[in-house]
Amino acid sequence: MGDFFTTFADALPQLLSGIRITLILTASGAVLALVLSFLFGLMSRSRSIMVRGTSRVIVEFFRGTSLVVQLFWFVYAMPIVTGFQLDDPVYAGIIALGLNYGAYGAEVVRGGLNAVPQAQWEATIALNMTPLQRLRLVIVPQAMAEMIPPFGNLLIQLLKASSLVVLVGIADLSFEAEKIRLTNATEATAAFSISLVLYFVLAWLLNTGMRAWEGHAKAKLGRPVPRKRLLQPVRADQGGAV
Amino acid sequence: MATDTTAAQVETDTQALGPVVNFDKVVKRYGELTVLDELDFSVKPGERVTLIGPSGSGKTTILRLLMTLEKVTDGVIWVEGEPLSHMRDSGGELVPANEAYLRQMRKRIGMVFQQFNLFPNMNVLRNITEAPVHVLGLSKDEAAVRARELLELVGLSDKENAHPSKLSGGQQQRVAIARALAMRPDILLLDEVTSALDPELVADVQNVLRDIASSTDITMLIVTHEMHFARDVSQRVLMFDKGKIIEEGTPERLFSEPREERTQKFLRAVLEGR
Ligand SMILES: Nc1ncnc2c1ncn2[C@@H]1O[C@H](COP(=O)(O)OP(=O)(O)OP(=O)(O)O)[C@@H](O)[C@H]1O
Ligand SMILES: [Mg+2]
Repeated sequence: MGDFFTTFADALPQLLSGIRITLILTASGAVLALVLSFLFGLMSRSRSIMVRGTSRVIVEFFRGTSLVVQLFWFVYAMPIVTGFQLDDPVYAGIIALGLNYGAYGAEVVRGGLNAVPQAQWEATIALNMTPLQRLRLVIVPQAMAEMIPPFGNLLIQLLKASSLVVLVGIADLSFEAEKIRLTNATEATAAFSISLVLYFVLAWLLNTGMRAWEGHAKAKLGRPVPRKRLLQPVRADQGGAV
Repeated sequence: MATDTTAAQVETDTQALGPVVNFDKVVKRYGELTVLDELDFSVKPGERVTLIGPSGSGKTTILRLLMTLEKVTDGVIWVEGEPLSHMRDSGGELVPANEAYLRQMRKRIGMVFQQFNLFPNMNVLRNITEAPVHVLGLSKDEAAVRARELLELVGLSDKENAHPSKLSGGQQQRVAIARALAMRPDILLLDEVTSALDPELVADVQNVLRDIASSTDITMLIVTHEMHFARDVSQRVLMFDKGKIIEEGTPERLFSEPREERTQKFLRAVLEGR
């Protein structure tokens, strides 16, 4: 056991720097994904068939192609095709994660908006709100309560999928664990066990945060607040993009 | 169509004053189903009109067309002398209205729904102030003052911080009435506003509406099956069947001596059923 703790202490600075990158990828990827979710989700409800179609094509494209290949494309193909190279492959990671999970999130937004009763829309029209006011003041705040649980699932999948960036040489948590193994093969068990635990703790923290947000959103709508559970079951229909 | 002198009188006055609402050969179809068939009728300013008729006769459709929740298939609806469903293009021709034009016209009209439709993401006060603040541009304080006056009018001064889900149906409906009035509409549309309520809660809502009817000059179109209420608040009753007016008159006359056989049958059914 002594060995384990020595290894842990030695490996910690490296693993922490890996966690930092993982967190940056997850947080920035999630923010981008959230923005794109709303953009494509709202576009999919447009009256114009052009706007709807554009959103449909983009969403289907990013859901239907592999995240790894997208990642390779942004890092290796884009500079050749467009002559434009991202300063840091981390940006490519953020963009690929954001686009991919934004495409999944668009469906969540669409479903959430559809779940708000038609009568609520009619009440906003009767009060002469503009289309933007209808969404901002009434519809989205109500739809949010529906969207938070599936967004939570996507967020955790995004965290886990962020480890794929090792393939383009980004030094995230899983990269650092692998580096420890390469330096000293006997420490492989410790390094990977520790990083498994770290991923789990991160996922648990995100999940707890999302549950709290969900509870808050439901309470505000006067709905029953869901029971606290250690980990909520991941729904099969929210399958990952990996 | 059976008419009596009072209704005919109203008809003449309407011509003189200019109607606030005028349906001109309005047709509404859903696919094959013709709900309104070249419907003509008008309402003069300040008048309160009750719409009655069997289920499916098109009463709700008329109110929804006025609230611009539905589009006319043919014909034109006029509100305060201007087309509601249409606007004039540069050549003066009537073309279907766009959103900006609809927003100008909607200002004049408010609606209270059968199922209240309060916003569950806001407390009672914000339900009433939200549109005045964001749509009319009132300050939060002005809107709150206006909202509190209305809450007093509907007897719910102590509920301004309550969540809608904590109110009874009757209380929710009174908040919905206050919310509609806070926009100061010229025309108020009421679609069976008490029919989703438990019987003991109906009277409170009706009393509030009686107050509003007697203390304001707001034009009202009321759909209801409550004959006493219709008699108290309205000056004219329109009996609909299959999207047409088959009889109209004062509530006193029409309820006590209906002339059309279908009206007699309908009134009997309502009296027995409720
Ligand atoms: N969106 C719609 N699509 C298809 N048919 C509709 C739609 N809305 C209403 N209808 C039909 O139009 C007819 C008139 O409906 P409407 O709701 O105006 O009747 P109503 O007089 O209000 O009846 P009730 O007393 O039951 O409320 C009905 O046959 C109804 O089924
Ligand atoms: Mg109806």
